[in-house]
Amino acid sequence: MAQWIAACQAGDIDPEDVIPFAHDGRDYAIYRSPDDAYFATDGHCTHEKTLLCDGLVMGSVIECPKHNGRFDYISGKALGAPVLEDVRTYPVKVLGGTVFIDVGTG
Amino acid sequence: MNRERLERYSLAGPENQAAVAAGLAGGDWFRSAVPRKRMKELMRRSDYPAIRDTVIWLGLMGLFAGLGVAFWGSWRAVPFFLAYGLLYGSTSDSRWHESGHGTAFRTRWIDQALYQLASFMIMRDPTTWRWSHTRHHTDTLIVGRDPEIAVMRPARLARLLANLVGLVDVPLAFGLMFRHASGRLTAEEADFVPATERHKVYRTARIDLAIYAATIALAIGLRSWLPVVLIGGPRLYGAFLLYFYGFTQHAGLGENVLDYRLNTRTVKMCRLNRFLYWNMNYHVEHHMFPMVPYYRLPELHEEVNGDLAPAYPSIWAAYREIIPAVRRQLRDQEYYVRRELPPGAPPYHQPAPINDGRARPLAVVTAA
Repeated sequence: MAQWIAACQAGDIDPEDVIPFAHDGRDYAIYRSPDDAYFATDGHCTHEKTLLCDGLVMGSVIECPKHNGRFDYISGKALGAPVLEDVRTYPVKVLGGTVFIDVGTG
Repeated sequence: MNRERLERYSLAGPENQAAVAAGLAGGDWFRSAVPRKRMKELMRRSDYPAIRDTVIWLGLMGLFAGLGVAFWGSWRAVPFFLAYGLLYGSTSDSRWHESGHGTAFRTRWIDQALYQLASFMIMRDPTTWRWSHTRHHTDTLIVGRDPEIAVMRPARLARLLANLVGLVDVPLAFGLMFRHASGRLTAEEADFVPATERHKVYRTARIDLAIYAATIALAIGLRSWLPVVLIGGPRLYGAFLLYFYGFTQHAGLGENVLDYRLNTRTVKMCRLNRFLYWNMNYHVEHHMFPMVPYYRLPELHEEVNGDLAPAYPSIWAAYREIIPAVRRQLRDQEYYVRRELPPGAPPYHQPAPINDGRARPLAVVTAA
């Protein structure tokens, strides 16, 4: 069931960057792509649970800061060793300058 | 002694579980606080520096190999092959390392191409060593967890010295190639290589063995050592710098700690050495922030310098500490070099009382 949560303001994230968001004891990573679209994934790398918000965003790719594992943050797809398991993604919408993520669907 | 030492450091031995039970595996490591904006600048990738450096590197190898071939049969070939050998058999290590992290180039396929080439040159399977190095970064110098501890306590001196000309590494590498080519891993490799990745190990071993077989066949056909001197041989006669640089990283420092400032060195090197080593001498910084490409490590060093013990001013200064420390560890395995942090630096990160950098006798760990 959809559960939309206000996560941040659109301007809180620089273009081609990521910020953390925590809700109900769970960590999320919220991305702003170079063309100003917003996306969300689980907050931790699927390899060793490092926070992705400390990583590097390059285009549609987030690189984990610990072992440089890469995900496509739009699809959640793991792009090769050492990450082999996809990261969970969440629907995102922007309304009135606020970024909402659907933590109920994912 | 040798058996107990190997058992302590084995990933398939009891220390592995002891480290997990002690909270040392996948631990929470100290990292300097660097503002996100600055970190983003430092992490940013560019193709230019690594392409420039790789063109120079490959160009020099081609030049030295060409001159060596031109003078083949004469003593005048020796210095050229020595230079070629060092570039092939030693400096491929730092190219392997940086491209393995995926930080050298912005363009992924160039990075991966260099990784495959450097892995072949340094005789490391690209898949097992990628996972090995991943573990090294997760559990740096955690005994029983880190597969890349080069200098144990006590050190295996004969082995270390023999490896200055590849006499241990190369036979082991070929042993592993034959094992992998037959579809098997060692017990240690099985600890860190996921099942879904293993087919790549077997395939690469078969390709590598085919290349070496062709090289040897060519040498026999030509009745000349030249093909072997050019391919594979440099991993023996050109391996010296690999360990000369490599020992500066961690030898003699703390084990079972969760602070890179206790188990890793940063050593100032001249421009030539930094080119050959691709700035791996900024090793504390690299371990804290492996996302930062080699060409930005000097800037990262300036950023975090206030948190670290002073960098060693030269390779010589590092060895003036390493050699006595390793010698002392031959008789006192609890000894390690513990450096003073500068005033105002965050204190050493030691969340558990056993994380004090000493090697722990096996019996104590097993009983814990």
